[in-house]
Amino acid sequence: MSDNLVEIRDLSFAYTDRLVLQGINLTARRGQVVAIMGNSGCGKTTLMRLIGGQLKPTRGKVWVDGQSVGDLDFAGLYRLRRRMGMLFQFGALFTDMSVYDNVAFQLREHTDLPEEMIRDLVLMKLNAVGLRGAQDLMPSELSGGMARRVALARAIALDPMLIMYDEPFAGLDPISLGVAGDLIRRLTDTLGLTSLVVTHDVQESLKIVDYVYFISEGVIVAQGTPQDIRASELPYVHQFVHGEEDGPVPFHHPAPDYAEELGLAHA
Amino acid sequence: MPETLLAPLRRLGGRVVHSVWRLGLATRFFFLTLLYSGTCVRRPHLVVKEIFSAGVLSLIIILVSGLFVGMVLGLQGYETLQTYGSEEALGILVALSLVRELGPVVAALLFASRAGSAMTAEIGLMKATEQISALEMMAVDPIARVVAPRFWGGVISMPLLAALFSAMGIFGGYLVGVVLIGVDEGAFWSQMQAAVDFRDDILNGVIKSVVFGVVVTVIALYEGYDAPPTAEGVSRATTRTVVSSSLAILAWDFVLTSFMFRGV
Ligand SMILES: Nc1ncnc2c1ncn2[C@@H]1O[C@H](COP(=O)(O)OP(=O)(O)O)[C@@H](O)[C@H]1O
Ligand SMILES: [Mg+2]
Repeated sequence: MSDNLVEIRDLSFAYTDRLVLQGINLTARRGQVVAIMGNSGCGKTTLMRLIGGQLKPTRGKVWVDGQSVGDLDFAGLYRLRRRMGMLFQFGALFTDMSVYDNVAFQLREHTDLPEEMIRDLVLMKLNAVGLRGAQDLMPSELSGGMARRVALARAIALDPMLIMYDEPFAGLDPISLGVAGDLIRRLTDTLGLTSLVVTHDVQESLKIVDYVYFISEGVIVAQGTPQDIRASELPYVHQFVHGEEDGPVPFHHPAPDYAEELGLAHA
Repeated sequence: MPETLLAPLRRLGGRVVHSVWRLGLATRFFFLTLLYSGTCVRRPHLVVKEIFSAGVLSLIIILVSGLFVGMVLGLQGYETLQTYGSEEALGILVALSLVRELGPVVAALLFASRAGSAMTAEIGLMKATEQISALEMMAVDPIARVVAPRFWGGVISMPLLAALFSAMGIFGGYLVGVVLIGVDEGAFWSQMQAAVDFRDDILNGVIKSVVFGVVVTVIALYEGYDAPPTAEGVSRATTRTVVSSSLAILAWDFVLTSFMFRGV
């Protein structure tokens, strides 16, 4: 069994004809929390969908637990996905089911466990995210942070080997932010998982991750341990880590000259 | 000059190709739904839940509309029949109009705007909030788990709703014709019983409503599944469901009627 749970080699992907990712090389070792950072629209969610097999690579390969995701047939892909959890940006809880039923969903779909055992498992998972008391609420009654924690409980229901988090910190208040970060680290360590965290929240993720990849405009521009990243002199990383407004990533979207557009150029 | 003439033509052509393309995709979607219906057989409670939301929740509007349509038929029918002195035939007129045409067609139109639009909006929103993606990532096929139960729920509900619509309509015709106007009660029922044929009238009406049920639910589910995952996309898809399924109902009604009743 290889040490690397996720391995991506020379991966490129294009939506119809627009290249979103090019030449990505990325590895996540078992038991690690690996962060993928980059500004919005750089292709982070796309990368997750490629790992989950919802999109097929235009070029290159993605291996998860030794299997090439893009080459699996329908049954093989679904078998692999049972051992992956994915946390969507806004939780993606089933809005017509209670918190309890959401967490029980995969257990009911994929196992023949009796209802008492499902109950024990659901309560255990909800307890792990601190929301056992919320089991009877409906998703519409949850705050954003709670919804994501319920989604996390749902994602770990079948004890996956890999969890992918899509922007788990976006839009959270500082307290929920710390809670979410701790939770990701703790679950990874106690359940023996591997976690991939897509985020643009540098400060929070540097506290909890083992390794970081920076993506900009579809290519990996920097990588390293949190110490490497903090010490990095690369302009892009420096701008990102210190939250500077202008740098290699410009503040302005490409536009014609301002004065000209206002008609001042002719005056 | 030819350029100004060509542009609208090209747009028209583009639209036609686009529509044919979508029709093809919707047909493929329909067959996929049938192919993945195994889950519904193994877990019938999934279908029962959808019969509740598509069928039971449409009951009120169907029953009330049926009653009023029947009462109007009673009034109008009496007015016309009276001029020929054959008021007793009112029962036949009301019953045949309802079981052959109005029951299946009007119930299906109401079903499209009540249950069809709800299905489109629900599936479109599930897609917009990534619930469909979440299902796929949990190794649960959304067609089997979300689409197929709604399809069967709709297809089973539709003929039942049409039958209830007709029954209410006949009752409405009876209220107006017999109770209010005073047509002979015995003649009303016995003429109806003698003239309505099980195979030619009732069964054909049921076949129509099954076809309409398939047409409406497939359009509603496909529009929802195909909707762009935004608020605007879902609202447009909902409108399209009501418009296209109403047109499809009327077109299919003509086709089916022309096969079933050839005036012989
Ligand atoms: N379904 C799609 N079709 C076409 N382009 C898409 C689609 N989804 C995303 N994109 C484009 O791909 C780029 C990367 O998107 P995404 O992976 O969602 O970025 P991120 O998650 O890093 O914000 C964006 O510029 C986006 O506009
Ligand atoms: Mg994203």
